[in-house]
Amino acid sequence: MEITVKTAEQLRLTKEEFELIKEKLGRTPNFNELCAFSAMWSEHCSYKNSIKWLKTLPRDGGRMLVAAGEENAGLMDIGDGLGVVFKIESHNHPSALEPFQGAATGVGGIHRDIFTMGARPIAALNSLRFGKLNEAKTQHLLAGVVHGIGHYGNCFGVPTVGGEIYFDPCYHTNPLVNAMSVGIVKAGETVSATAEGTGNPVIFVGSATGKDGIGGASFASADITSESVQELPAVQVGDPFQEKKLLEACLEVIQTGAVVGMQDMGAAGIICSTAEMSAKGGVGMRIDLEKVPTRQKDMKVWELLLSESQERMLLVAQKGREAEVIAVFEKWDLPAAVIGEVTDDGLLDFYMHGQLEASVPAEELVLGGGAPQYDREYKEPAYLQALNAFDSGTIAVPADLKAVAEQIITLPSIASKRWIYNQYDSMVGTVNTSTNAPSDAAVVTIKGTKKGLGVTTDCNSRYVYADPCRGAMIAVSEAARNLVCSGALPLGVTNCLNFGNPYDPEVYYQFVNAIKGMGDACRKFDTPVTGGNVSFYNQNPDGPVNPTPTIGMVGLLEDIDQKMTLDFKQEGDAIYLLGKQPDDLGSSEYLYHVHGVTHSPAPYFELEEEFALQQALAKLISNKTISAAHDVSEGGLFVTLAESGFNRDLGFNVQTHAALRKDAALFGEAQSRVVVTVAAEKAAAFEQETDVPFEKIGTVTSGAVVVNGEDWGGIGYWKDQYDTAIEVYLAKESAAEAMGGL
Amino acid sequence: MKFGVVVFPGSNCDRDMLDALQYDLNQEVVPLWHKSEDISAFTTEDCIVLPGGFSYGDYLRCGAIARFSPIMKQVIAFANDGGKVYGVCNGFQILCESGLLPGALLRNERQQYICKNIFIKAEGSYKEQLKEDAGRFQGVYKIPVAHGEGRFYADPATLEALKANGQILFRYCDATGKETPESNPNGAIDNIAGISNAQRNVFGMMPHPERACSAVLGNEDGKKILTSLLMARQLVS
Repeated sequence: MEITVKTAEQLRLTKEEFELIKEKLGRTPNFNELCAFSAMWSEHCSYKNSIKWLKTLPRDGGRMLVAAGEENAGLMDIGDGLGVVFKIESHNHPSALEPFQGAATGVGGIHRDIFTMGARPIAALNSLRFGKLNEAKTQHLLAGVVHGIGHYGNCFGVPTVGGEIYFDPCYHTNPLVNAMSVGIVKAGETVSATAEGTGNPVIFVGSATGKDGIGGASFASADITSESVQELPAVQVGDPFQEKKLLEACLEVIQTGAVVGMQDMGAAGIICSTAEMSAKGGVGMRIDLEKVPTRQKDMKVWELLLSESQERMLLVAQKGREAEVIAVFEKWDLPAAVIGEVTDDGLLDFYMHGQLEASVPAEELVLGGGAPQYDREYKEPAYLQALNAFDSGTIAVPADLKAVAEQIITLPSIASKRWIYNQYDSMVGTVNTSTNAPSDAAVVTIKGTKKGLGVTTDCNSRYVYADPCRGAMIAVSEAARNLVCSGALPLGVTNCLNFGNPYDPEVYYQFVNAIKGMGDACRKFDTPVTGGNVSFYNQNPDGPVNPTPTIGMVGLLEDIDQKMTLDFKQEGDAIYLLGKQPDDLGSSEYLYHVHGVTHSPAPYFELEEEFALQQALAKLISNKTISAAHDVSEGGLFVTLAESGFNRDLGFNVQTHAALRKDAALFGEAQSRVVVTVAAEKAAAFEQETDVPFEKIGTVTSGAVVVNGEDWGGIGYWKDQYDTAIEVYLAKESAAEAMGGL
Repeated sequence: MKFGVVVFPGSNCDRDMLDALQYDLNQEVVPLWHKSEDISAFTTEDCIVLPGGFSYGDYLRCGAIARFSPIMKQVIAFANDGGKVYGVCNGFQILCESGLLPGALLRNERQQYICKNIFIKAEGSYKEQLKEDAGRFQGVYKIPVAHGEGRFYADPATLEALKANGQILFRYCDATGKETPESNPNGAIDNIAGISNAQRNVFGMMPHPERACSAVLGNEDGKKILTSLLMARQLVS
């Protein structure tokens, strides 16, 4: 077969990239080699349109033990000879087509990134975005994604402890499925994704390779269109049982001391793992592809190279110790086979039955080596002007604010997500302290120590849409705020950058500015970006999704007794609102859903004020001055107060600030505000210690909800509305669908 | 006495059970590999635990493959000799599949996996054995469930026998102890959450007491259940 620029273009390489490949090889590549470049130079693997800007983020320092991008996931020191390993990753494109398997394999993939480094995953989170919940398509995607996450995570045996879900029409065709895993590793037991030592055996372990997931990396590097369904074979199929065995076997094999390096096979399968491990170690590999365990007959060379069959690892062992390594995998009934060896010429030579089928320098394939890096142009999107035209003076304050509160507390993005999280095993592992004592971030214990970890994911994409720079700062700030509210010290960030097509200058403007805001906020909170993933092309013929730079953040509690919870503790405690109180409605759920204003500025936010607030809050918690802390986020103050009351069926009697619009006070989403409660005997200490603006807004009641002197019923009523909203929604819609079918 | 916790491929609550027994209840406990055929270190004074999880990926049917694991031959003999055997969740499913306990565990009524705190109460004579703590409704325990196939079912004759012999250990109830349809998380017949065999040395339950054994997790109700169930010399009959 003759290889031309047309072949390259069919493999989603550009004409220029094809020329570059020819130049680097000094010849025209054969089809197998071209496939290798196509996968490795895809956006998904090469970060070619993002790396320039990613490098501007704070990517080392503090407690980081490896620099960002060096390994499969971030690794930070938490003392006591332990490290925390964490990462978030997208599985948006496969989930759009096949929500169950797409989401399931997203969970599997992110856990592999953690245990390939020698860490045992102890907590999982997920950040999801869907279209409007009343659409049949959304319900299909939601049910499939939730089932997929549960199916994989529950069987694998790592608790799903937190996450977030938003519903917005911009995600109708392009749902976002971002999965995060957090693990713990002992110092000295980490494994690097590197290949070293000429003659060392290269060992393939895990599930046999099939034809599933071929081309997944390049599929994830294109827009979703009506033709995308034909890419269904690019979606992988997951087997959590295999992965559970793989986890135990990998952690056990590390104990032998015979492992030189290990990397999971995710995107772009064998070609990616061989290339990245070799390039990192400055070596090459000779691989005999017929030795790869397969589950289908007669797989072609390029299929073997690109298959994204799940639950597989590539491992380099010390020469002569193959038997020890293979014995561990045999114990766990997992295939393991020596498929090649490390060489010293930097070439990846793939043989099939003795015949050389592809020969490529490893270095030329990878990010930081030969993979191209682009400088994309960007321009300010036209819609930003429309935002500035918003005038809150045109919005009348509704007469019946209780009715507004009822509408807001049942919005799918705000209401309880129990229909979803009850399908996830949140308690396996016996580390999740948030089941019985909820806090803004999930808090898990680190067994064998007094320590705990706070973990959270956050991003309000409407804010980022309205102001990419400030919106990304808010995402980082909210994550840090949730940790601080839980008594944790923010340590570091992993990010999942979900954007539209980077070749659209307006989309790229959002990307560039979000990175700038994220970098500023991360520097302010001293939370370096340890790694993550970029997902472009979340776009369809109707346009891109809102820019959604999801922040996964991990914080440390030196002593789990420092944990702070969000729920009201006793009747009579004073309720204070910490932080400035601007008269602000910007980008709120209230403005969007009650008044139908789709374009308004991002909510009030100042980074310095946010930082001061978090410092003050941390001090109040460590001094044990306050009895509860819950930050004000989507839905505003009313939702925050209601959520604080639910756990112990306590209510609140509050008076909003006289100078504020009543709707802004109750439902505005101005940032850097936290509701705290203080027992009577601590009130004086509280008012003396607090060095940021605060106001006493009311007291905790035995159950009555009283707002500005009006009786708004009992907390039980609000809890019922909040808890059942999504279930009522789904029942109504499926009943309507059933009727429609008659 | 000492405990052995069997580790099947796909078990994922084995470590939780080991930790709870060792650290929260200060018991001697060892993991037992499913391929082992030697449990001679265990006497009928001891207890073997089948933990929760997804043994063999729950393929075919929950517990249906695990019961053919080499160690199960020994566990069945151990139970028949009067040794205590205790199964939680997937362990309960394995005990039913292996015939050590009657009945079966079907897919949850609502066809969904469910994980949350629920309430159970001890039943019949067994209730006496659980020493009640002051201030709580008598015999109601908050314990988590986490399963997709936990709906206990037994045919009418078996059910009658279970009742007649006092083999029902726990039923689902609400926080005040009332057995209601809403408090039944999976549609189990007669709200049954756990049972024993007629000889009272083999126990199975769907809820996970090992997940409710420590102050740091904010729930220690599980300790009482493990203590009374496993460490009493002989269950009251």
